Amino acid sequence: MRRHIVHGGLGLIGLLGLLLLWWLGVRLFGEAGGLAERFSPEATLASLVELLGQGEVYGHAWVSLKRILVGLLLALLIGVPLGLLVGSYRRLEAATTPAFQFLRMISPLSWMPVVVMLMGVGDQPIYFLLAFAALWPILLNTAAGVRQLDPRWLQLSRSLSATRWETLRKIILPGVIGHVLTGVRLAIGILWIVLVPCEMLGVSEGLGYFILDTRDRLAYSELMAMVLLIGVLGFMLDAVARGIHRRWVHA
Amino acid sequence: MSAEVLEARQISLGYARQGGWQQVLEHFDLKLAAGEVVSILGPSGVGKSSLLRVLAGLQTARAGSVMLHGEALNGPHPRLAVAFQDPSLLPWLSLEKNVAFGLDFARQPRLPAAERKARVDHAIDAVGLADARQRYPAQLSGGMAQRTALARCLARQPEVLLLDEPFGALDEVTRADMQQLLLQLIETHGTAAVLITHDIDEALLLSDRVLLLGGHPAHTLGQWHIDLPQPRAQRIEELGALRVEILKTLRRASRPADPGSTPTSLSLSSETVHVHG
Repeated sequence: MRRHIVHGGLGLIGLLGLLLLWWLGVRLFGEAGGLAERFSPEATLASLVELLGQGEVYGHAWVSLKRILVGLLLALLIGVPLGLLVGSYRRLEAATTPAFQFLRMISPLSWMPVVVMLMGVGDQPIYFLLAFAALWPILLNTAAGVRQLDPRWLQLSRSLSATRWETLRKIILPGVIGHVLTGVRLAIGILWIVLVPCEMLGVSEGLGYFILDTRDRLAYSELMAMVLLIGVLGFMLDAVARGIHRRWVHA
Repeated sequence: MSAEVLEARQISLGYARQGGWQQVLEHFDLKLAAGEVVSILGPSGVGKSSLLRVLAGLQTARAGSVMLHGEALNGPHPRLAVAFQDPSLLPWLSLEKNVAFGLDFARQPRLPAAERKARVDHAIDAVGLADARQRYPAQLSGGMAQRTALARCLARQPEVLLLDEPFGALDEVTRADMQQLLLQLIETHGTAAVLITHDIDEALLLSDRVLLLGGHPAHTLGQWHIDLPQPRAQRIEELGALRVEILKTLRRASRPADPGSTPTSLSLSSETVHVHG
């Protein structure tokens, strides 16, 4: 408990340090009364409070979160079963690993023009790109989870005359959930990074769109407020995933 | 139909070694009567754990057969329950759910939900863990975890309990408690049991019959019936003579053919034997 408080306190000091650097950066490198002042923490926080007072930003945040969730869900639906298969059969793993590593290393954003050409603008290409980005950490972690299953659990299920389906449902799936959740945490980090540029692409809603909108309106303090908000939301998403992970492993 | 619950005939075990076959155990026979407790005693390396896995239908032997009520055993059977060296609890399930694990599997006898719950409650009470039923394995001590594993076996009300050195990792005091608990449970439920152990005193304290394995390849060196009533913990001196005899038999068998060579790792020296006070 004490350790938790100390760690939390240190983390808070780190965040405050970041705020201080931001403030110092604007002070030292910006001209007084110039453009830089509109990027300062004071102006940003004032804009953030103002934005949160209005309704519009909630709509954009909700749309972005929905896209994240849909992308994540699609990646889970494809990645977990594929990961289970790849983790179960050594040969399949040998056959697929180079291909997966190859695809994984291509930035999802570089598919953007292709996807837009094929699917048009709108939510669809965004879902596709997000799912594609989130797929790899989930798939690879699930496969690693299967390989690391405790052989004693499998022996137990055999000794209880479990059917294959029962072994899958009662031992393998719960046994890999810890790994899947690790994959989800990594995926959320990537999703959040990919989302914003995706939303700068011909859509009229979402946090990425809103950033472009603030730029076009020359509302720079609002732009910084959005940057801050994106950071806070990502932090919260990760905290939720971490919380679920902790609850599951009962550590 | 034979009188034996479980019968093993001419079991032999071994493993493939470069270009050949290494025989570990041969000509093993066992007839286990209902309610009987048999210990299979022997030094490490004689294939005791593999033998238990064969008796449990988890592994096939190189040769020989296992019969349950006169019918060949071709795989794990709902009437057999196995307690492994390690409690093998599932970390994502509470103690209660670990005990209930497997009761609703398709190949297990169908039980109404109420009956299932009653069995789980009873098994948890029997091992004295009623207060810990909502805890998770990470929050249990070694002894509690092993009790949970035993409760999981009991909840299935097996005819035969197969125990693979289940108390090996426990401290002396906890182990003595668990041995008493096991005896009580076997007594109340009339379960037959095969206990794999390398601890002579554990075998002498718990079983109606001791089978000693040894030699190269290992085979049954001898068999002793123990008629002393339970509890035997205070009567260890009466078992002393038997203990000496078992040790002598084992030494004779593991004595190297060439008197000049050093003793092999299979010999059970008196230092490795636990003596209870």
